[in-house]
Formats: sequence, structure tokens, C-alpha cells
Amino acid sequence: MFEVLIFATLNGLVTGLLLFMLASGLTLIFSMMGVLNFAHASFYMLGAYFAYSISLYTGFWPALILAPVLVGVLGALIERYGLRRVHKSGHVAELVFTFGLAFLIEEAVQFFWGRATKDYRSPDILDFPLFTLFGQNFPAYKAFMIFISIAIFVALYYVLTRTRIGIIIQAAITHPHTVGNLGHNVPMIFMAVFGVGTGLAGLAGVIAGPVLTTFPGMAVVLGSIVFVIVVIGGLGSLAGALVASLLIGLLQSYAIASDVGMPDLLNWLGVSFERDHPLNDIWSLTLPQIAPILPYLLLILVLIFRPSGLFGKRES
Amino acid sequence: MFKYAVWIIFALVILLLPQLFSSLLGVSILNQMTIAIVFALSYNMLLGQGGMLSFGHAVYFGLGGFMAVHGLLGIEEGAYYFSVTLIPLVGGLFGLLAALFIGSFSTHKAGTVFAMISLGVGELVAASSLILVSFFGGEAGVSGDRTYGPTFFGYDFAQHLQVYYLAAAWMFVATLAMYLFTQTPAGRMANAVRDNPERAEFIGYSARRVRLISFVMAGFFAGIAGGLFAVNYEILTEQNLNAATSGNVLLMAYIGGLGFFIGPIVGAVVLTLVNSVLSHYTDLWMLYLGIMFVLTVMFLPNGLTGFLMMHRTPWHLGKMHLLVKPYILTAIPGAVFALSLLAMVEMAHSFEAEFVFLGATLNSEGALSWGILAAIALLSYVAVRRSLPRLREAWAQANTIDTGGPS
Repeated sequence: MFEVLIFATLNGLVTGLLLFMLASGLTLIFSMMGVLNFAHASFYMLGAYFAYSISLYTGFWPALILAPVLVGVLGALIERYGLRRVHKSGHVAELVFTFGLAFLIEEAVQFFWGRATKDYRSPDILDFPLFTLFGQNFPAYKAFMIFISIAIFVALYYVLTRTRIGIIIQAAITHPHTVGNLGHNVPMIFMAVFGVGTGLAGLAGVIAGPVLTTFPGMAVVLGSIVFVIVVIGGLGSLAGALVASLLIGLLQSYAIASDVGMPDLLNWLGVSFERDHPLNDIWSLTLPQIAPILPYLLLILVLIFRPSGLFGKRES
Repeated sequence: MFKYAVWIIFALVILLLPQLFSSLLGVSILNQMTIAIVFALSYNMLLGQGGMLSFGHAVYFGLGGFMAVHGLLGIEEGAYYFSVTLIPLVGGLFGLLAALFIGSFSTHKAGTVFAMISLGVGELVAASSLILVSFFGGEAGVSGDRTYGPTFFGYDFAQHLQVYYLAAAWMFVATLAMYLFTQTPAGRMANAVRDNPERAEFIGYSARRVRLISFVMAGFFAGIAGGLFAVNYEILTEQNLNAATSGNVLLMAYIGGLGFFIGPIVGAVVLTLVNSVLSHYTDLWMLYLGIMFVLTVMFLPNGLTGFLMMHRTPWHLGKMHLLVKPYILTAIPGAVFALSLLAMVEMAHSFEAEFVFLGATLNSEGALSWGILAAIALLSYVAVRRSLPRLREAWAQANTIDTGGPS
């Protein structure tokens, strides 16, 4: 029991921090432009594919730097020549644009890399068990993932709150016109933030690719979960994104590791149903079975009872 | 009189279409189109008329469809006496109930909150459909048979053509009903709440209730579309209520044009055609569809219908002739540019060294084909760029009222 709990916690931490790397960029972009970037997880996928292709020539470590930079530059270009153009037609058009972009990137990935799963692996140097607990190994690569994610959080927090650039960005979020009047190039700041946000998503893809497998559906798998996190945490709140990421990561990890379900609940209540009862599907549900839908349930509950999210200040 | 004439022409077109496209493929595409039209129009009740961006509209389509299949199964088992012609109504009513339940908590707010709830509900229902096997049939889905039950004046709907007339009749009625809904006070208020919910509240309307009415009606018509799908294909699977289907209907409505009642019809017809024709010729059709979608959002924010409607002013001013020549001068190099890019994409994708593209044999390994295509692309791009100033000038001229002359 105890060992299950420990490993579920560690895995939840890995997933949660990974989700945070995506969510931090998404929430930053949202607070700047007021647009939820549907294609955010697609940049994460691009990061994994770029890193795979680069690592074929140079190995993992250069790819760790190069791939996120490439993704970030691509993101900035899309902001400059696509999103900024659509911005004139309103928020719905922007949302629809990023939605179409997600669709397009998935197809483009299939065009360039094919439909099959890519053999993108973690570097050999990290391919050893960091420690063994109750006979189970904890891979060093996962510890590396945790380390990178925490480093990103610290760096982001430092830049946003302690540096001049961060102060300008924060000011541009709330008072874009004033910042513009002070002589700062606000559209340029927007483009840079979009580039950094998508770059972060790309970095998440680089380090997640070897663990979560690199295939054309990887954006869809994570895409809506990241949305859920940003909304639950409160749109535009970095701390909220961190809390919600860890919450979702741990929630899913515990649900999958558990072995309880409706039958146990019914037993405990002393109720029993025939096997051919019309609602048998519901009476036989188990927690691991519904683990994938828990985030969405949480999302709907949060939106009904606290539409601004856990840490959010505004609704839309 | 014009009002009635439009609907009579619409009915005649629906009736005559299968005479023109009488092949099995033709009729099956027509069936697909009728279903898509109802679905896309119901989606526009939300987004175009009510200002509610939904990423989970397939939920009501799918739930209605699944209920309709269960209705078909009931007829087959003889559980009750019911005509297949009314099965779409079963789907519609179930879609309405589902929308009433979900709308009761999702229509408090429009905007991002509504969009996110619709996304969550969509994912939730799609995921649950794989868990609740007795209703959704798991991965395999649920299938029925439409030929049981009492015949309708001798028709048993075994043939695709008979199904077409059934679907077309439902489509006509549903389109008319949705159009009439836009003319009712409820439909008008939906527009008002979309544009300015605060003011609508000040006049005394509950923005939430107005949204709920639109939402429930949209669910009803989406359910009818799902019911038509059930009658036509006799099978429903998880794919009919997942995010891809929701995205597809958004695509149709947006490409067609959200601001016009006829927009989603145009979008549904064009996209169904593009899908079935393109997927016949190339397996990259999804890529092209994505490119088309993104370009539409970027350059035609009001969709295809919006593009046509832009010409109302030149038309009324009698200046359409000014536009003909500049249009041709831009369109021809534009088409050449698009085709040369298309050829290069196909060449890069092709597994065989040589293949035929529009009658020309291309060699994807030889530098000659690549060089020629790249040159064509470059030249046509330059030609497009050079023709644009003339086009802009002509457009400005066609949209100005001549002064000085007698009016």
C-alpha cells in the first residue's frame, strides 16, 4: 500500500510538473492577449518531433536547446503573420484560428514524419535507475524531468517578478496602452511572449517525448488537459497553473494506481445488483476506469461554482 | 413574393438533385450533405446567432443519433409500432433533453467560460461513451436496421434514394423551422444577447434564459441531424460524438460564413464535396482542409458567403463589370501558384518515383520536375503580387458612387 502511494505520488509529480510547463506558457499568453491558444499542445508535439530529428544527428543534449528555440521562433512567426492579422476580427476568430492551427500542425506532422510512432529515446547517460524502493526502480530520467520543470518555474518566476523585462511584461498585461506610450514596443513584447510560451511548450515536448512516446496524437492527448488546468487554476495565474497541474497530475496518478470502484462502495453500503441490471455499466465502474474523465469533471464543477478558477481574478 | 420564391426554388433543387446525380456515390454524397446542412445550421444557432462558441456540439448530434439507433432497434424487435420516418424526431427530442440538462448550467455565461464548459462536456461524454457499453456499444458502436416497421406508402427505405427523399424532407422542414426561429422574438433576442448582454438585461430579458432557449433549440436540431445520420448509416460509434466531429461542424459553419443564415448551408455543401472529392484523389486531403481552414480564418473572416456578400455594393451600383478583368488577372496566376505548390507537396509525399498530376507526369526524384515546378510557383507568385494593386484599385472604384452625374 505504502509503496503504491509513494510511486503514485512520484509519477503524479512528474506528470503534474510536465503539465505545468505547458500550462505556464498557455496562461502567460492568455493573460497577454486574452486568447486561449488551442494549438499550444501542438507546439509541444513539434518540440518532440524537432528534438527527435535533431537528435538523430547531434544526440540528445544539443536537441534539448535547439528544438525549443526552433519551436519558439516558429511560434513568434505565427503570432506575427497569423494571429496578429486575425486579431482584428475579434476573439472568436482568434480562438477559431488557433483551433485550425492545431488541426493543421497535426496534419503537417503526419506529412513530414508519418503516422508511425518515432523511436525517440532518452539519452544513455540518464538511462539508469536513480534509486530502488520496495523492489521498484525510479528512472533517473524522470528525476531529470522534475529538475528541469522546477528550474523552469523558478526561472520564470524570477524573470517575471524580479527583472526589468518582467515588470514591463506585467505592465503590458494590464495597461498595454500606457506601456506603449512609455516607448515600449507592445506588439513586439506580445510576439516575444508568444514565442517564449510556445518555446516552453516545445521544451516540454523535448523532455516528454521519450517517456510519453512521440506520435502524431500526442498533442490531442495532452491538449485538452492543459486547457483544463489553465481554467481550473484561474486564467492568467502562474501560481494557479502550478497548483492545478500538480492537482491534476496527482489526481490521475492516484486514480490509476487505486483499485477501488463502485463494487466496493456498494459492498460497503450493503447493496447488490444483478449482473444483468440495465445500469450494470455504472455499478461496475472502477476508479482507474474513470481516471481519464476526472479532469473534465473537475473542470465543469469549477466552472459552475467558481468560474474564475482557483486563483483567478477574472472570468474571461 | 421573393421570400416564398426562395423556398420554392430551394425545394425544387432538393427534389431535382438526385436526378442529376443518380449514381450510388452521388446519392450517398447528397445524403451526407443533407445531414451536414442540418447539423451546421443548428451549430450556427449557437455561434452565429447566439454568440456561443461551442467545442462540443457533436454531443447532441451523437446522443440523438444513438437514441435514434436504439429506436430503430426497438422497431426491429417489435417492442412498439413506430414508423422509421419519425425516427429523426426521436433523435431530436433526446438531443433537446440533453441540451436542456447541460444548458441548465453551461449558459450562465457566454464567451470563454461557455466554450470551456462545452469542451469539458464534449470530452466527458466522448470518454464516457467508451465506458457505458450498454448504451453506446463501446468501440464497435451500435447498429440497427431501418427497413423494419410499417412501410411509408409502400416505401421501406431499403434504397439510398428513398432515404435521400426522407432526409431531404426533414432537412427542408428543419431549415425552414430554423429560419423561422431567427424571425421570432426569441431568435431576435438571441442576436441582442450576443451583441450586448448587459443592455438586453436592462430591458428586462434574462440573458441566461435567452441563451438557454437557443442552446436547447440547437440541441434539438443537432439531434435531428443525428437521427438522420442513424437512419442513413444505420450505425453510430464514439466517433460521432467526439471532438473531431465537433471541430468539423465548427469548420463547416465558419468556412460557410457565420453572419448569414445561408452560410452554414454553403459551408456544409462545399466541405462535404471537398471531403469526398479530395479524399478520392489524395490521402493528404486532411492537410489541405487544414490549410484551407486557416487561410479562410485569416483572409475571409466572414466566410465564403461573406465574400460573395461583399459584392452587394458593386452589384447595386452596376459596377460588377469593373471587377471581372482584375479578378481574372489575379485568379489565373493564383490558381497556377496553388496548383504548383500542390504538385510539389504531392511529389514530396509520393512513394513512387513517377506519378501523374493533372495529366503531367512528374518525377519526384529528378531535379528537373522540382526545378520547373519551383520556377512556375515563383513566377505565378510574382504575377499575383503584381496584379494585386490593380485589383485593389478596381475594388475601390467599384465601391464608390459616381458623383457629378445625374442620380
